Amino acid sequence: MSVQVVLYEGSGSQPLEPAERGAMMRALLEKGYPVESVRARGVANLSPGAATVVLGKFDGPLPQAEALHFRDLDGTATPDILAAIDSVREAASLPQPGKWKPWFPVIDYKRCTNCMQCLSFCLFDVYGVAKDGKIQVQNQTNCKTECPACSRVCPEVAILFPKYKHGPIHGGEVNADDMRREAMKVDISALLGGDIYSALRDRSIKAKSRFSKERDEDRALKERMNCLNKLQKEMDIPAEVFAALPSVDEIRAKADAAKRKAEAALAEKAQS
Amino acid sequence: MSQRVLYCHCAYARVVPEAVKQEVLAGLAASNLEFEAVPDMCEMSARRDARLAEWVDSGDALQIAACYPRAIKWLFSAAGVTLPEERVRILNMRESPASDIVTSILEAKS
Repeated sequence: MSVQVVLYEGSGSQPLEPAERGAMMRALLEKGYPVESVRARGVANLSPGAATVVLGKFDGPLPQAEALHFRDLDGTATPDILAAIDSVREAASLPQPGKWKPWFPVIDYKRCTNCMQCLSFCLFDVYGVAKDGKIQVQNQTNCKTECPACSRVCPEVAILFPKYKHGPIHGGEVNADDMRREAMKVDISALLGGDIYSALRDRSIKAKSRFSKERDEDRALKERMNCLNKLQKEMDIPAEVFAALPSVDEIRAKADAAKRKAEAALAEKAQS
Repeated sequence: MSQRVLYCHCAYARVVPEAVKQEVLAGLAASNLEFEAVPDMCEMSARRDARLAEWVDSGDALQIAACYPRAIKWLFSAAGVTLPEERVRILNMRESPASDIVTSILEAKS
């Protein structure tokens, strides 16, 4: 829930110039506030219980109404208007908008086959299982910004990130070429050892083994970095995500737990 | 059936060309249309914002200037709201020219 702003130009107020209207709406949006432009009809679509600020160039004294906060645009600078809306938001104990970049997976259930690979793959507990046994995005804020890795392992291209730069992950229609390309990406990760985490695990084991045999710390580190860089480029995963990965043991425990959860959900669904 | 025009500013990412957003918003603001502009529909979906359901429950035909239709459809779905395809039109600011989008909205409204 956010503060609801109404830019009112109905009865009892003066119309704004188009450029002024556009600039005010833009300023509000950039600050994270939704705004409804109300013109001659004079009727706003208010949400019940929302903290609402009504802006306008009102004729005469400011109107008064319960739960509505009127502010006069005439002679008031835009930063002061924005500050007044901030005050209303703070008084209503609403969160400051824009603190979180809304980056999270969205499931296209028309394509999703409920295979649960995304649940098993994600180490950050973004996915869960709904009561009806269907895969679900449950913890959006756990998702690592700019990381589309789970969409890479989805065999059906059913996972979208609407703010991703390329299709079809950004939500563009999926065509046959996309299916082939996505399948190839999964195959590449499979070639590296089944999945990205087992690849990391294997590399880690090999690196440890080399380290014990050769006592070549530099070589082991270099090897591991090369592996990480390769995976990062192939899957377009931000370096921060790799930096935030849990230890190998934790990865194994999480993957096993996710696998059990997925199997239990699938079994339950099969029985029902 | 009355119509409702919605505009998503995609405020927290740079995937919708800035010039397109500016031109669409300016075009709508310069018209006689009443419309609702929101900072970011992804954020609304993640927060399961009640506004999404209110738009659909209003029974109005919806014209949504945002991004890819598939993304918008499933963003609504993620918030527990089914978009009624027969009365929803999604205009993609990531792909279409701003002038086409504004013209299309204004023609549908008139």
